[in-house]
Amino acid sequence: MSFINYSAREINCKIVYYGPGLCGKTTNLQWIYKRTNPKLKGKMISLATETERTLFFDFLPLALGTIRGFQTRFHLYTVPGQVFYNASRKLILKGCDGVVFVADSQAERMEANVESLENLRVNLDAQGIELATTPFIMQYNKRDLPNAAPIDEMRALLNPRQLTEFEACAPNGGGVFETLKAVAREVLHDLKQMSR
Amino acid sequence: MHGQQLLLYEEDHRSVQAVIRQLIRDADALAIFVVDMNGQLVAEAGEVGDIDTISLASLCAGCVAATAGLARLVGENDFPVHFHQGRRASLHITRITPQMILAVIFDDRSSLGLVRLRVRKAVGGLARIFETLRKKTERPRAFGNSPFADITDEDIDNLFSN
Ligand SMILES: Nc1nc2c(ncn2[C@@H]2O[C@H](COP(=O)(O)OP(=O)(O)OP(=O)(O)O)[C@@H](O)[C@H]2O)c(=O)[nH]1
Ligand SMILES: [Mg+2]
Repeated sequence: MSFINYSAREINCKIVYYGPGLCGKTTNLQWIYKRTNPKLKGKMISLATETERTLFFDFLPLALGTIRGFQTRFHLYTVPGQVFYNASRKLILKGCDGVVFVADSQAERMEANVESLENLRVNLDAQGIELATTPFIMQYNKRDLPNAAPIDEMRALLNPRQLTEFEACAPNGGGVFETLKAVAREVLHDLKQMSR
Repeated sequence: MHGQQLLLYEEDHRSVQAVIRQLIRDADALAIFVVDMNGQLVAEAGEVGDIDTISLASLCAGCVAATAGLARLVGENDFPVHFHQGRRASLHITRITPQMILAVIFDDRSSLGLVRLRVRKAVGGLARIFETLRKKTERPRAFGNSPFADITDEDIDNLFSN
């Protein structure tokens, strides 16, 4: 749910990075944090375990600039990918305006990708939201690894509708900003549709 | 929720602001925040100083959401009030409506009893304001055009140019 504040002339949108455990969601946000002008970003908050697995969420607020005199903010969240944290994933998904699905390209993680995508669908459904009508970007991460599955195969499994997709290698930033821009664009287009 | 929006107009903001400013005085509080359940800061009053208000809003919402989850696990609908006591500052959190949270920060110039009493009174007024706001949001077109009705691809590209 976007929040348009006419008093402060601000608009806030919430974007959630979803995907199986260790697929690279937190790494996406860390790269964005590292490479964003300090004036445009707030603090990055990570509620993580001692071993750096996301426990509740990561949060990164970005204020990218103004549109029609309105400061446009994106609040980026990641969910904890580990299967047993589903209660937390449901909470974080509430009120999201757009979703990035980060898939792990390693062949042995294909089943985990499929399960996580299905879990996303179920959790959105529980809130009365259809995945098909939500701004959505598919990111194939970890393309640098030798055991990465072919893109065609991943597309057939995870993105049969051929929605906007990117290959990525999050630790060195490959595909990270492309993904962010694409989801921001879709969210803003969606807002435009809603305002009509 | 996707497909819904929260719209806050100037006059609503003023009404919320009036209530929380009064509450600062009545409760002898340091700072007060109104936050929505998605972690967005709606209004603030008092000595905000160098508090990172955006982080505060996001963590408050996470905290309330997690606490409500715990409540349901033990067969309660919600734990609508929570209180975190620190050495100097304390934080008192209440639900205003299912969508809105009131967070009050106070120190030993005030007391939990006083804060609780004054908050209870203020929450009624705030709830009425947000109820009206929710109804307005259901038919936003009647209240002037959204600035986003005619944004262009160029506007969006410009956001990422720096
Ligand atoms: N080789 C390689 N490693 C990656 C890539 N992206 C992330 N990693 C590594 O994968 C590990 C897990 O990354 P995280 O970003 O913490 O994963 P996550 O999706 O947040 O995991 P959870 O918080 O458990 O859901 C880290 O060691 C990252 O450095 C990538 O594109 N290539
Ligand atoms: Mg993580």
